[in-house]
Amino acid sequence: MWNQAQAQANAAFAARRRNVTVDPITRLEGHGKIDVFLDEKGNVERAYFQVPELRGFEVFARGRPAEEMPQITSRICGVCPTAHHMAATKCLDSLYGVKPTPAGRKIRELVYNTFMLEDHALHVYVLGGPDFIVGPEAPAAERNIVGVIGKVGVETGKRVIGMRRRLRELIAYFGGKVVHPVLGLPGGVSKALNPADLPKFQQLAKDAVDFAQFTLQVFKDIVLKNSEYVKLITSEAYTHKTYYMGMVDEKNRVNFYDGMLRVVNPEGKEFAKFPVENYREYVAEHVEPWSYMKFCYLKPLGWKGFEEGAGTSVYSVAPLARLNASEGFSTPLAQAAYDEYFKTLGGKPVHHTLANHYARVVEMIHAAERMVELLNDPDITSPDVRTVPTNRPSVGIGVVEAPRGTLFHHYETDERGIIKMANMIVATQNNAARIAMSVDRAAKALIKNGQVREGLLNKVEMAFRAYDPCLGCATHSLPGHMPLIARIYNHRRELVGEIEQH
Amino acid sequence: MPKPKVAFYWCASCGGCEETVVDLAEDILGVVEKVDIVLWPVAMDFKYADVRAMPDKSIVATFLNGAIRSTEQEEMARLLRRKSQFLIAYGSCAHTGGIPGLANQFSREEILNFVYKGSPSTVNETGTLPQTEFEEQGRRVHLPALHQGVRSLDQVVEVDYYVPGCPPTPNITKAAVGALLEGRLPAKGSVLAPDIALCDECPRKATKPTNVAFTEFVRPHQRLLDPNKCFLAQGVVCMGPATRSGCGSQCPSGNMPCTGCFGPTSRVKDQGAKMLSSLCANIEPKDEDGIDKVLEGIPDPVGTFYRYGLPKSLLRRKGGLPTS
Repeated sequence: MWNQAQAQANAAFAARRRNVTVDPITRLEGHGKIDVFLDEKGNVERAYFQVPELRGFEVFARGRPAEEMPQITSRICGVCPTAHHMAATKCLDSLYGVKPTPAGRKIRELVYNTFMLEDHALHVYVLGGPDFIVGPEAPAAERNIVGVIGKVGVETGKRVIGMRRRLRELIAYFGGKVVHPVLGLPGGVSKALNPADLPKFQQLAKDAVDFAQFTLQVFKDIVLKNSEYVKLITSEAYTHKTYYMGMVDEKNRVNFYDGMLRVVNPEGKEFAKFPVENYREYVAEHVEPWSYMKFCYLKPLGWKGFEEGAGTSVYSVAPLARLNASEGFSTPLAQAAYDEYFKTLGGKPVHHTLANHYARVVEMIHAAERMVELLNDPDITSPDVRTVPTNRPSVGIGVVEAPRGTLFHHYETDERGIIKMANMIVATQNNAARIAMSVDRAAKALIKNGQVREGLLNKVEMAFRAYDPCLGCATHSLPGHMPLIARIYNHRRELVGEIEQH
Repeated sequence: MPKPKVAFYWCASCGGCEETVVDLAEDILGVVEKVDIVLWPVAMDFKYADVRAMPDKSIVATFLNGAIRSTEQEEMARLLRRKSQFLIAYGSCAHTGGIPGLANQFSREEILNFVYKGSPSTVNETGTLPQTEFEEQGRRVHLPALHQGVRSLDQVVEVDYYVPGCPPTPNITKAAVGALLEGRLPAKGSVLAPDIALCDECPRKATKPTNVAFTEFVRPHQRLLDPNKCFLAQGVVCMGPATRSGCGSQCPSGNMPCTGCFGPTSRVKDQGAKMLSSLCANIEPKDEDGIDKVLEGIPDPVGTFYRYGLPKSLLRRKGGLPTS
């Protein structure tokens, strides 16, 4: 009987599907898409950067028990699942009005800093770093991890792979799984650290600090000692004078896990500092009819379009923004690197998008130093890892700094803790307007008098990669990779060129 | 002898499956030596045209992860089916629809209206929605339409084998690749993971009650959980009995119950129905009010029993069947 019913359902399903294969739009889904329009002289009039997909996690979260959200929302992104997991878990603390036990909080911070370090390392050596380590002008076929290993040596390559593996083992120890961990619950975590396992992780943390400092040295030797690279980083094509947001502790120092949000203006002066619960007073999302991605801006200033400088409202997040929006780090080695960073790049704030790569390396040092601090904290091996919530749930707001920037989760539930409303603003969305501006800038710089230069997409992609964008996160939709298609239209709006890159 | 050609491709997925392949770490070098990877978008440049130009069946095996929700994904699935001797659905989304498949409980309109109008941080006084065609000063820009439903890979094309998990573990991935390369393949349509329930390999197995009578169900946040005792014995819903093993009991090792990502064993038609029926048969109260009271502990049966498999399940969407 069941089989028959299923066969009928499947047949109906197949028949229905055949009817709709006339859909004319075939090959654009899943791409970042850029439409460039030229004026009569063949110069760029307007470039549209579009994200063409949407999944709707916020809507299908409805009706789910809130305690499942850390596991459900981690599926927004398999590259940064721990960021969503942790924002959701903090949101549950807020929802139930429960404070995690000291051990619970410290284990979360340990896992989170470990995650920041391994995710940043992935970006530096595998995703974005090849632009610099192998070189921006190197053939595309060499700008990958194999090319990086060629440049830094096999031993270093093995060191990177080995370190990432050990860091991910720590995440899996607490989280059960490294991709889509399960440790987060309101009031703490599900699992304690067995004292017998402590020495192994303490050794890992020590090695992690060495590894992060080594990475800074690699970056200095290969990038900062090359004046061509420095010229590229500081060039006008990759510079935008916007506002910056980041999470800070009580002394305005960078904190990835908890704190207030601080915003500085394009001159680097404090514009606002607010508790995360007030996010709706400061952050708003603007809708454009030509993209599924929404564009964040500073609400008190109003939407002023894709503009930078005085009187505008676009802000940026992620490593560059976090360093601009803070006044330093709580750990000594990261603080030294922070001072050197601003000295090298000409003082605060730094507006160069490509400096994100440098700022990311500085943050790696802080993450590693925090691992050492937390693993030397006597609370870390306490078995008291969770407080069971007793309050009636209603509204929760949880925010963390994801590797790619500030990540907001906001839930409203009924008295049983069942989701009635879920809202998320993910890291890349905060950067969406600035990314769109970078695309427009790159198009305008590279297309002159109707001549479309070959390197357009490479240069545009470099601007993207510096943000380490995750469009999957941004629309809660796409996978994390970034295939691109650019189409060029002349002043008569006729298609005159198309460049595709997967 | 030329090396066998292998392809990796992703459709609607989060990237976690790709991370697992990367997590093979040093082991991946051994795999790379034995095969010729002809397509792997995350790691290498390629053109669709190159794949189209290949003779049919010239790829030995394609590992495809992610569910199917767009026409482009459907087109790629068909193309890779044609070019491959074996098409392997890799990970929960391709296998059974995955967590994004929970969206099949809601309509496209509900999603659009919330995201662009209803969300508390969106300011949209003019009620603008993204348009499939938008014109501004003669400039016409297009967006693809969104599709109504999420489908598993075998609801679109024929699939030879499945590698389960959200994401699959490096171990079962290695075993699956090994079985393929050495020609040690089970019957077509098999799931390449042990065909026994997770309970069998769970370190808490010894404490699993043989005869359980549920007087309540406890949600994981409501009580401190014993790190060694069977979750069902603690009144917590654990999908272990209805879920295939092979993950190494990862979630129980993190002191959280199984949520079912490996899907059912071959003897079970519908994972959710199986779990639901076995739990309900063991509810102690037999009167309706008593049963309702116990079931209050499972406030979201669809999300609990069909977390990863709604598109592939016997349940069908409220507003009609998904269309492409």
